[in-house]
Amino acid sequence: MSKVQIINGNETAAMGAKLCRVQVIAAYPITPQSKIPETLIKYVESGELEAEFIRVESEHSALTVCISASTVGARVFTATAANGLAYMHEQLHWAAGARLPIVMALANRGLGAPWTIFNDMQDSISQRDTGWMQVYCRDNQEIMDSIIMAYKICEQLHVPMMVCFDGFVLSHTVMPVEIPDQKQVDAFLPPYVPHLQVDGPDPININPVMLADPRANAQGVSCPSYMGFRMRLQETLESAGDVILNVGREFGEVFGRSYECLLWEYRTEGADTILLTMGSLANEASLAVDALREKGWKAGAVALRVFRPFPAATLRQALSDAKHVVIFDKNISYGNEGATCTETKAALFEGGLRPTITNYIVGLGGKSVVAADLEAATIKAVEQKGQVSTPQWIGVAV
Amino acid sequence: MASKKDQFISACATLAKGEAGNTGEWRAKRPIIDLSKCTPCKKQKDTCYLCWLYCPDGTVKRGIPLEIDLQYCKGCGVCAQVCPTQAIRMEVEEQFVLSECVIQEEVE
Amino acid sequence: MTTKVMQLPEEEYMLPGTRACSGCGLSLAYRHILKALGEKTILTIPACCLTVLHGLYPSTSVRLTNINTAFATTAASATGIAAGLKALGKTDYTVVGIAGDGGTFDIGIQALSAAAERNTDFLYICYDNEGYMNTGTQRSSATPMGAFTTTTPGTKLEHKKDILAIMEAHGIPYMASASPAYPLDLYDKVVKAKNIQGTRFMHINIPCPPGWGYPTDDLVKLGKLAVDTAMWVLLEIENGVLRLTGRSRSMARSGKKKPVSQYLQLQGRFKHITPEQIDYLQDWTDKRWQRFLQRHELSGTA
Repeated sequence: MSKVQIINGNETAAMGAKLCRVQVIAAYPITPQSKIPETLIKYVESGELEAEFIRVESEHSALTVCISASTVGARVFTATAANGLAYMHEQLHWAAGARLPIVMALANRGLGAPWTIFNDMQDSISQRDTGWMQVYCRDNQEIMDSIIMAYKICEQLHVPMMVCFDGFVLSHTVMPVEIPDQKQVDAFLPPYVPHLQVDGPDPININPVMLADPRANAQGVSCPSYMGFRMRLQETLESAGDVILNVGREFGEVFGRSYECLLWEYRTEGADTILLTMGSLANEASLAVDALREKGWKAGAVALRVFRPFPAATLRQALSDAKHVVIFDKNISYGNEGATCTETKAALFEGGLRPTITNYIVGLGGKSVVAADLEAATIKAVEQKGQVSTPQWIGVAV
Repeated sequence: MASKKDQFISACATLAKGEAGNTGEWRAKRPIIDLSKCTPCKKQKDTCYLCWLYCPDGTVKRGIPLEIDLQYCKGCGVCAQVCPTQAIRMEVEEQFVLSECVIQEEVE
Repeated sequence: MTTKVMQLPEEEYMLPGTRACSGCGLSLAYRHILKALGEKTILTIPACCLTVLHGLYPSTSVRLTNINTAFATTAASATGIAAGLKALGKTDYTVVGIAGDGGTFDIGIQALSAAAERNTDFLYICYDNEGYMNTGTQRSSATPMGAFTTTTPGTKLEHKKDILAIMEAHGIPYMASASPAYPLDLYDKVVKAKNIQGTRFMHINIPCPPGWGYPTDDLVKLGKLAVDTAMWVLLEIENGVLRLTGRSRSMARSGKKKPVSQYLQLQGRFKHITPEQIDYLQDWTDKRWQRFLQRHELSGTA
């Protein structure tokens, strides 16, 4: 029997991990995510969740504990934000290269310096090169569902995933969340079967030093080079879209909410002006679209659900009729522009599509962004005819 | 798509002797055992074996007579130094290599 | 009772033909560590000389499963292995993290302190060749005063960080200091540590020919001199009770100790050590030896 609870994003993430019967948890507290480890330890100590909870001394160690626990065959979970994610950066590369199905809840928060505790996406966007899959949640229900789907996707692909949700905006905001039934989750998500057997009959040296060229083993079989292993990770990610869609469809069949999509579309039929966002900002974008449509605009909104692997083909399709694309980034690749903008441009280039593209940097350090801002920005972008090629910032007036 | 059968998803190395090749080729000096001085050989008893104990590479084979695996012995000389009866001496490797080359030529 | 040579398992867990240097002190110590650990051991090793000894993909020289891990992470990696195995109900494994002095005293100390504070159930072995040898002999906080390294090209001005005192401050159940020059003592300590629950820490003196500058033949001679001068002390600390072992114990009885200069002068890395530095080292060695003697007296095994 499913039931609805009014809970915040952090509690939702913790509950999602519990439903997935995670076996080893290592998470270091950091605003705005601290409630996640706090909630999980309560589950563990009450016996509701049978897991080893390791009170690590840092995020770097948190992910390391997850890496080795996952290697020996346990289902693992971690959570972090901002500087904590940055602190575990080298291990993000390691986890992906080691092909481990680690799931992380990420409460998006801006990075110092200067210090901010509030929301933006610089933390996770900065890690887009690591090989981790990334999904962005629009609301707390999606956090719950995405964590459950994440394990299924990751354990099939042998690639880790971060489930991202806006710090404070979602982590600390209560909203109704339908809690999936444990039995249904158990049926949807069978126990983890690791790719490696550390207690098999033959000893193995896992993730050793590797050369640039293939090299033969003792039996004379040629084994891949470093580049060969890395290419396999990329190949897996290139074909991951189908797995993500299948799992999303299956989730819908079991739990009644389908995620058979890589992005969300709102009123895009016949739209010539598209607002592009990710995460909770998608809700504001929908309101802005409604306001624009009231004014007679043919506006629509696209929100990326999956950012890695980047859904280039799907995005191209969603933007194929657009004359104007207005991209709102809660991040920026300094020295260039917002990451979604760059990646969208690349996707459109592949398809020979040339709408006007305007990039807005919004919401950094938790600066509030509402529908009215997005609406005004869209109007301005179209007035500019897309001729401003550098990112424009909203909400910085002193 | 990743598959459990694809062994090249996770990088695992498997056991092999001589991972660095024939490390005997590193030698500048080779250990030669004088069996007449070697305690286990003289006493025909499993005793001493300090050379076996102290070989950093485990190339000394415990037994009577003691044998050193010259394919892998790196010629560090520790065995010669620890031997309590000075039964092992380190001899310049070159002379052995040359004589092995000569044998090869004769065969050809 | 101390294990004798003939009682050591003959089986080698480290196959010959490794990438370790000729005469490598780590290689010798590792042979015996592995014999003591045996089957049902899972190792975790950070980036260091031991990684290289384990070999390049796709082959490995060591007959135990090892999970390679990033430089700073040995103790955290071991923690994860222990947690994972516990969660899976696989309780009959020994989890062993093995790192050099760099990965223990310096970059790895945070994770090690955390694991020890939690009394994580694993054995941590620090093989101390007193420098970052794998990357070409840069100084570590384990490098003794007076030594040349590439980042202390004159001499190192600070003396060695006291890792035993640091680990003791964590109140862990078992710690030991050992040397490959005394492999039976080393073997026994690993066997003992293996059968204790909680965090166990071992500190091993590892002479390094390229890093220390001595002919490879002198490995055992040098290792023994380290102990004979008390610059390295063979001991165990079990639940806070310190006990000297092996050669160090004999020295406590006989009262005989060699001057540190006999050990230092055999090594090229001390070529430029000043008389003041030698005096400092002698004084430091004497004072520490006295403290160990006092504690050893109280142990009831003197």
